[in-house]
Amino acid sequence: MSVTLVVPGPLRDLTGGRSTVGLEVDHVTVGQAFEALRAELPALYDRIFTEQRELRPHINVFVDAADIRWSGGLDTPIDGSSEVVILPSVSGG
Amino acid sequence: MPENPTGSSARAGDVVLMVGTLKGAFLFTSDASRKKWTSDGPHFPGEEVYALAMDQRGTTPTLWAAPGSAFWGVTLRRSDDLGATWSSREERAVKFPEESGLSLKRVWQIRPGPADEPDIMYLGVEPTCLFESRDGGASWAPVEGFLKHQHREFWTPGQGGLCMHTIVPHPEVRDRMLVAFSTGGVYTTTDGGASWAPRNVGVRAEFLPDKHPEFGQCVHKVVSHPDRPDRLFLQNHWGLYRSDDWADTWQDIANGVPSDFGFAMAMHPTDSDTVYIVPLESDTFRCVPEAKLRVYRTRDAGASWQPLTKGLPQAGAYETVLRDALDTDQSSPAGVYFGTRSGKVYASADDGNSWSLVHEGLPPVVCVKAAVVA
Repeated sequence: MSVTLVVPGPLRDLTGGRSTVGLEVDHVTVGQAFEALRAELPALYDRIFTEQRELRPHINVFVDAADIRWSGGLDTPIDGSSEVVILPSVSGG
Repeated sequence: MPENPTGSSARAGDVVLMVGTLKGAFLFTSDASRKKWTSDGPHFPGEEVYALAMDQRGTTPTLWAAPGSAFWGVTLRRSDDLGATWSSREERAVKFPEESGLSLKRVWQIRPGPADEPDIMYLGVEPTCLFESRDGGASWAPVEGFLKHQHREFWTPGQGGLCMHTIVPHPEVRDRMLVAFSTGGVYTTTDGGASWAPRNVGVRAEFLPDKHPEFGQCVHKVVSHPDRPDRLFLQNHWGLYRSDDWADTWQDIANGVPSDFGFAMAMHPTDSDTVYIVPLESDTFRCVPEAKLRVYRTRDAGASWQPLTKGLPQAGAYETVLRDALDTDQSSPAGVYFGTRSGKVYASADDGNSWSLVHEGLPPVVCVKAAVVA
C-alpha cells in the first residue's frame, strides 16, 4: 500500500523540493513507514531520527490530525489513505 | 528571514573571523590592518554553531561548520568559496554506530590534521568522542579506542554537556595526540588512537570529594605551540596549569590572576611563552570579575599575568567568554579576538595591547576562529 509522508519546509532540501513523499509499505504502522523512508531517503530519515532510531525530541508526528504520542507512538496503525505529517514542535528560544 | 549571506570577500593576506553563535554563524573580513571589518551572515540561521574551522592545507581555503538544529540535529558542512555556498546536508554524515548506544548531540571542535596529510581531519563531539576522517572530511568514523574506552561509563556531563572540546595533535610525533573533555579531563594516546590514558596529575577537581582523581576533571581548554612541542597550557574549571612534559604532570600557574576559573584560552601564534585567557568570577557567577572586561596575558609561560584593558569596558560589564570564543590569528603583531555571551565581538591587532569592538548585537557567541588567508 502507499502512504503519504508530508515533509515540512525546513527538510525539503532533502526531497528535491517536494512537500510530500510517497512510500510503498507492506506493513501498517508509522514505525514501519519510517523504516521504508530510511531505505529510500536515508538523509531525510537521519534528520527525523537519531542513530538509536529514536524520534528526535522536538519533532511531532501526526497521522492525519492525530499526534502519535497519544495513539501508540511508532506503533500507531496506518492505512492506505493515511497522511503521516512531520512538524517541528513548539520549542526553542 | 535574513538576507542570504554571500560569503567572505577575503583575498590572500586578509583576515577572516569566523563567529559561531546560538543562532547561526557570521563571517567578518578585514585586510591585514584589521581595522575595518565587513560582516556576512547569518549562515545557518536559527542553528547553533559551536564549531568552525578554516583548512588551508589545500590549494584554496576550505571553511567547515557544524550547525546544529534543535529540531533536526547536527550536520557537517563544507564551503569551498568562503561561505558563498555550503555543501548539502546529505553529505558528510557524522554518526555513532547504532550498536554504540550513542547519538550525536553536538560537534564542539573541527580540527584539520597534520599539514603533510591533508586528507586527515578530526572532530570532537558530544557525547564525548573523537571522530576521524581519512578522506578530507567526506566520511567519518569514531576512533574505536576512544569510543570503547573503559572509563566511558564514569565520564559525566558538565553544564555544557559531555563534550570533547579540545584536540591537540602532537606537532612532531604522528601517533601522539591529546584530547580534553568535560568532565573526564585530559587523555593522551601514543599509538595513533588505539589506546588512551588519563593525564591529569596536578589538575584539581573542586567539585569532587577527591580533589585529585586520576580522571574526572572538568578541563575547559588546552593549547600548545609548535615551537615547544611538549609544553601545554590548561584552563580548568578552577585552575590554570602548564605542563612541560606533554601532560605527564601539571604545575599551577595562576600567578596574579583575579580568578583561576574561566573557559577560554588561546596561544600566541609565534611566541610559545605568550598565552591569553579571560578569567571569570566563579563557577556560580560566570561573569568577568568586578564587572571589568579584562583579557589576561602571560609573556613568561605563566610566571606572571597582566590585564589587557585598553578599549574594553571597565565598569558594568557582566560578560562571559566561553571556551572556544577566544582565538589568535597568524599575523605579526598577533590579532587576538573574542566574543561574549552578550553578542559582542572584540578584536586586537597589536598582541592584545588595545581592543576595538567589531560587532555587537549578535546572538550569544560560542565560537570564534581567526585565520589569515594564505
